[in-house]
Amino acid sequence: MNSVSGEFCLLLAGVLFALGLTGVLIRRNIIFILMSVEIMLNAAGLAFVVAAARWHEPDGQVMFIFILAMAAAEVSVGLALVLRFFRCFGTLDADAAGRMRD
Amino acid sequence: MNTLLYISGFVAVISTLMVITRTNAVHALLYLIVSLLSVSLVFFLLGAPFAAALEVIVYAGAIMVLFVFVIMMLNAGADAARQERQWLSPAGWIGPACLSAVLLGELAYALAGSSAKIIGVGMVGPKQVGISLFGPYLIGVELASILLLSGLIGAYHLGRPQPPTPLPLQGEDRVLFPLGEETMFDSPLGRGRGGLPTVTEEIQENKNKRNCS
Repeated sequence: MNSVSGEFCLLLAGVLFALGLTGVLIRRNIIFILMSVEIMLNAAGLAFVVAAARWHEPDGQVMFIFILAMAAAEVSVGLALVLRFFRCFGTLDADAAGRMRD
Repeated sequence: MNTLLYISGFVAVISTLMVITRTNAVHALLYLIVSLLSVSLVFFLLGAPFAAALEVIVYAGAIMVLFVFVIMMLNAGADAARQERQWLSPAGWIGPACLSAVLLGELAYALAGSSAKIIGVGMVGPKQVGISLFGPYLIGVELASILLLSGLIGAYHLGRPQPPTPLPLQGEDRVLFPLGEETMFDSPLGRGRGGLPTVTEEIQENKNKRNCS
């Protein structure tokens, strides 16, 4: 039985989430925005697994599996939207979506 | 054990930092795979081998393969990397990065006071997870399956080559696009296909414009 630092793991989850949030904010390419959303979801899952390890309960891992299923569904729809977007506008610039109403 | 945890954590942070700063999409994707693998190692060290295996199989396997295929289909070349470099100016990223850093600092300050020391990492194996998943969380499993099904149908609907036109065509549209040409050039390969004559490209371009309006 070893003991690991739970603060470090929670801090790691926070750092990864902040990096993903920064990626969503600073990128204009839709593919990169989707990747950053994946990073954020992964960080949330990491926090759940840390909580599961802290209390020796499987519930955190169950929530991680749900997050995994949600991420898979989200990324499939998101990438289909990206393909459709590229077919319409010929670019991946998120600002081009402002022309969608015209 | 702590040392392994620290090393994999730093690898995760550095590779994630590379993901959000790369201009080439494929490079960013490969760094993202490294980041996911190191997070999977953190899961394993935390006594969650089932979550670690799922992370490798589903995230680093299936989802990343989806990204790879989409990047291949979009076929962004050197132009895209140059444009990315142009978009990623320091004036654009300093503000959001500072705000995120402030939020992260608040989180770290809140964490510093707590005592979340994990004493004795117990292995929570797949058996316990399965018993919990199909016991009290059964309704969640059903909801996740419905979510995956709706994601499948949504992706199929959005990825179809030709969307149905809900309204009847107006007069000038009918002149510009006679009925025979509607489905003629519509392949899943789309506009990236080489060898087509320029007139076909123009027709495709016009049709795309009309589809999006």
